[in-house]
Amino acid sequence: MNEQTDVKKLTFKDFETDQEVRWCPGCGDYAILKAVQMTLANIGATPENTVFVSGIGCSSRFPYYVETYGFHTIHGRAPAIATGVKLANPELDVWLVTGDGDGLSIGGNHMLHVLRRNVNMQIMLFNNEIYGLTKGQYSPTSKQGTKSPSTPFGSVDLPLTPCSFAIGAGARFVARGIDTALKALPGTLARAKEHNGASFIEILQNCIVFNDKTFEHFTLKKEAANTQIHVEHGQPMIYGKEKNRGLHFNKDKFALETVTIGEDGITEDDILVHDETNKLMAQMLVELTAPEFPVVCGVIYCDPKESYDDAVHKQVEVAKANKKADFNALIRQGRTWTVE
Amino acid sequence: MNVQTTAQNFDELDSVCVRFAGDSGDGMQLTGDQFSVVTALEGSDLSTFPDFPAEIRAPVGTTFGVSAFQINFGSVEVSTAGDEPDVLVAMNPAALKVSLEGLRKGGVIVVDEGAFNKRNLDKAGYEENPLENDSLSDYQVQKLDITKMTLESVKEFGLGKKDAIRSKNMWTLGLILWMFGRQRKPITDWLEQKFKKIPDVANANIAAVNAGHAYGETAEVSSNLRRYHVGRHTTEEAGEYRTVNGNQALAWGLVAGSQLGDIPLMLGTYPITPASALLHTLSELKEYGVVTFQAEDEIAAVCGAIGASFAGQLGVTSSSGPGIALKTEAIGLAISAELPLVIVDVQRAGPSTGLPTKTEQSDLYQAVWGRNGDAPIVVLSASNPHDCFDVGIEAVRLATKYMTPVMVLSDGYIGNASEPWKIPDITKMEKFTVKHHTDPEGFHPFLRDPETLARVWAKPGTPGLLHRVGGIEKDYDSGHISYDAANHQKMSDVRAAKIDGIANDIPLQSVSLGDQGGKLAVVGWGSTRGAIHQAVKRARAEDIDVSHVHIDNIWPLPRNLEEVLNSYDNVIVAEMNKGQMNNLLRAQYLLDAHLLSKVSGQPFKITEILDCIREQAGVSK
Repeated sequence: MNEQTDVKKLTFKDFETDQEVRWCPGCGDYAILKAVQMTLANIGATPENTVFVSGIGCSSRFPYYVETYGFHTIHGRAPAIATGVKLANPELDVWLVTGDGDGLSIGGNHMLHVLRRNVNMQIMLFNNEIYGLTKGQYSPTSKQGTKSPSTPFGSVDLPLTPCSFAIGAGARFVARGIDTALKALPGTLARAKEHNGASFIEILQNCIVFNDKTFEHFTLKKEAANTQIHVEHGQPMIYGKEKNRGLHFNKDKFALETVTIGEDGITEDDILVHDETNKLMAQMLVELTAPEFPVVCGVIYCDPKESYDDAVHKQVEVAKANKKADFNALIRQGRTWTVE
Repeated sequence: MNVQTTAQNFDELDSVCVRFAGDSGDGMQLTGDQFSVVTALEGSDLSTFPDFPAEIRAPVGTTFGVSAFQINFGSVEVSTAGDEPDVLVAMNPAALKVSLEGLRKGGVIVVDEGAFNKRNLDKAGYEENPLENDSLSDYQVQKLDITKMTLESVKEFGLGKKDAIRSKNMWTLGLILWMFGRQRKPITDWLEQKFKKIPDVANANIAAVNAGHAYGETAEVSSNLRRYHVGRHTTEEAGEYRTVNGNQALAWGLVAGSQLGDIPLMLGTYPITPASALLHTLSELKEYGVVTFQAEDEIAAVCGAIGASFAGQLGVTSSSGPGIALKTEAIGLAISAELPLVIVDVQRAGPSTGLPTKTEQSDLYQAVWGRNGDAPIVVLSASNPHDCFDVGIEAVRLATKYMTPVMVLSDGYIGNASEPWKIPDITKMEKFTVKHHTDPEGFHPFLRDPETLARVWAKPGTPGLLHRVGGIEKDYDSGHISYDAANHQKMSDVRAAKIDGIANDIPLQSVSLGDQGGKLAVVGWGSTRGAIHQAVKRARAEDIDVSHVHIDNIWPLPRNLEEVLNSYDNVIVAEMNKGQMNNLLRAQYLLDAHLLSKVSGQPFKITEILDCIREQAGVSK
């Protein structure tokens, strides 16, 4: 087939739709939308081969605002619908948009299985630790003691850590980003796209109306250098304004600790080097919380294996190559008889 | 059973009903299946009824662990698995106990005497051995120590006792083959093939079949074992035939639909009794481009199918009542987004878990009305095993032509039951090639065909047709989300009109037996077809003015149905639920019908319907 290649390089504006964006003014989702549109332009995405699938919630309005194909589905079920899209047409580039309620409460089971199966898609989970669209109830990622309309005396249940859930479910790619980190996020999303399999990206997103500033203790720009660490494969995990803080693996405690280069005889050699293929390391990194530790962002874990959709289609191709599809023969298999 | 002794010492029968009953580990389903195949190969009409417990291996010897297989076969059209067995094969006391009630008085009982020991009698709840008192004096009882004779017949193969005893179903089959003068070769060929890798087991089973058969030959003179002959069913159309069960036929029908529509099929499903066989069958057909997705749950199963339909394939999902309930919200999404989807409901007795292995027709309300909002879909029903094939094709045709979910109602009875089927030739069947929209000119995703009201199907990957759809109401003229009041009215109206209009694209209601107009009609739908047909046939032979109207299109209903129903003075609606079709017809046509309801987990007996016909016709027995 002769296809005309569009020589005009698309910009992020080409991925904007004619629909009015209807999130609250100041919502973190605006920044994420911009980051995604930039990513699509940067990676040279083909709009007609790109599909955004979402569930229900504030984040799930996302597909209406991206000039590609989109399917705004039902609460919690986007991973299953996106799996169906990939099984029908593995050539499509599927991006899944979900939130902490949609993806980890009502849809927790589907999230578990889409990750376990390793279906080739990018799963962006916008975590704002609250239910926005239903007006402020606590979510499965809300900190214990969160006061909300449904928990006036404070929530009593323990929250889960999305990235830890993803690793536990068997995800082969786990990353974390922050809504307003427009410099870092497109790079992380591009890596997610590059990964063949289910790529899980937790995006910490501020809900300005119902849970404002919940991440402020580590997202404030002026303190970010001391409160966040952007990990890179093969690089020592150093952070801080002075670039003198780092993560050290304490063998006796089998735990990570923060150290300062130049103090107590610590040198750069004592700083743990990030290995994104090391699952155990990833598990430790995703659990680090501020202010005791820097919050880990970037590609935390990436260890590719064959994707589910590739494996499924391989079986289909093998069957097609080895067996003739002769329907009349199929229904005559086994014992038949003739009435004269 | 109409008996006539022939010269060859066979009693000639028009039809006969045999029930094999034993422990769930005794291999009764296999025995019944194989007997059915041989019966079919010799040209008798037949209908089977596998009747088994929900437990895979219930405790040995218990009444609730009895697994039975009933086959009705004849040189005449049989169409049901038979009201009353003429021959009962009981492999243990529990099997005798639970099957005796339905047996015809004067019928033959073949029992394995060796299994009637104290332990088994106690487990079955017999205080005395029924073989040693006169409790079975109404029947012709053949007491045979099948266990012992089986062990002797397989001795030379050196199997352990447990394995050796497992051949007793084959010994029994050998005897029954002799009793009906049926060939052994198809069975021994099958055993050789099945146990190709363990020749000792193959040979032992073949020896058991032969020994059972030989026992019949040699015992004939000394005992009162009789032989029966059931001839060919000569009124069948010429052609090539096979046996087929409903689940298999439905799976093949869906693939045939996919071939005729040239639209690849993706099945998203989750295992559930009695629908799992659809997954098993379709997962083997990858060379037809069929992709099967065993999802994490029923919801993911239907969602996977909807995702596939969004991407341009035909999504199919299959389940039974409880699973369909879980899929409900997602079906609403497919209705709102107007995507094709085939939903198969192999119904079972409910509510909740109900009786998983027993049949019922109680999902009609769920199928027609069971969703939030005004959410019309197409509902089709299958009325016997081979009809499942045609219904599968029709479901694919309607779903793709009208961009709508289509629910197919089958049930546990026809799903598992086998019947002869005249094998069709797909090259002679009408094609209905499905087209995806490709023209960007004036495109929006809810552009409709003015005739069918179906929206265009624009699949991702097509340049120039980028769009977003979802479960929020769409604007009629652009497909964008819309909260406008008048628009919601218009969209609700058009969704309903689209489904209603399908009444013009389905067959008119016919009268399946008898005349349009008259004193009485029996109305049925789904798997009750065979029993109603036979009951109406017998009633007409008694000069009762009664006809049979069988409804295959449940929603929309055929456009002349009201006229057909109104042409009778009186209508009986016979169904295996508490009156769901009866209420549907009342709601649609203010029809005041007499309900014949049965919810015992068992199909209708012909006599149950016949009695009701006589009563409604004012005829006493």
